[in-house]
Amino acid sequence: MGLFSIIFILAGLFFLIVAAIGVIRLPDVFSRSHAVSLTDSLGAFLMLIGIALHEGLSENALKILAVLALLYIQNPVIEHATIRAALRAGLKPWKRETP
Amino acid sequence: MKIFLLCVLVALAFLIGAYLYRVLQGPTIFDRVLGLSGISTKAIILLIVIGAYFERVDIFVDISTGYALLNLMGALAVAKYLEQKGLP
Repeated sequence: MGLFSIIFILAGLFFLIVAAIGVIRLPDVFSRSHAVSLTDSLGAFLMLIGIALHEGLSENALKILAVLALLYIQNPVIEHATIRAALRAGLKPWKRETP
Repeated sequence: MKIFLLCVLVALAFLIGAYLYRVLQGPTIFDRVLGLSGISTKAIILLIVIGAYFERVDIFVDISTGYALLNLMGALAVAKYLEQKGLP
């Protein structure tokens, strides 16, 4: 049980680090939202599953799964609302300048 | 296992610094909203890992549930307000 939870937590940490690099490096709002919503959700999933495995089969593990379901509902909703507001406010998506 | 969880805590705290850079630096206001949403996701994970570190998950998981609900309402309110008002 301990080895599985360590593997899950390390995989989640990897995806969270990738998301943080994406937030710093990507060029505009519309591409940064991919890093914040998609990669971040996967990292949170793996890390919380790892903690739930560490807790074992108990009430706490079920509560952690409830928080995970809440995260999976709220993260795409927030990103969708923000990106829709950005699009309606008149921001243009980033394009590479073709020579 | 406790040493490992402590290392995970330190790494998560450094990741919050990366999002904070985007909040302070962001060219538009939508970048700042996005960065705050990312910070709150990290805070939820951080609270649960703190609970696993102190072996008191039962109280910390309730705090993180409340934090998640507050984050949802706050971010949606800011997004709807900016959508009506347009780019400042």
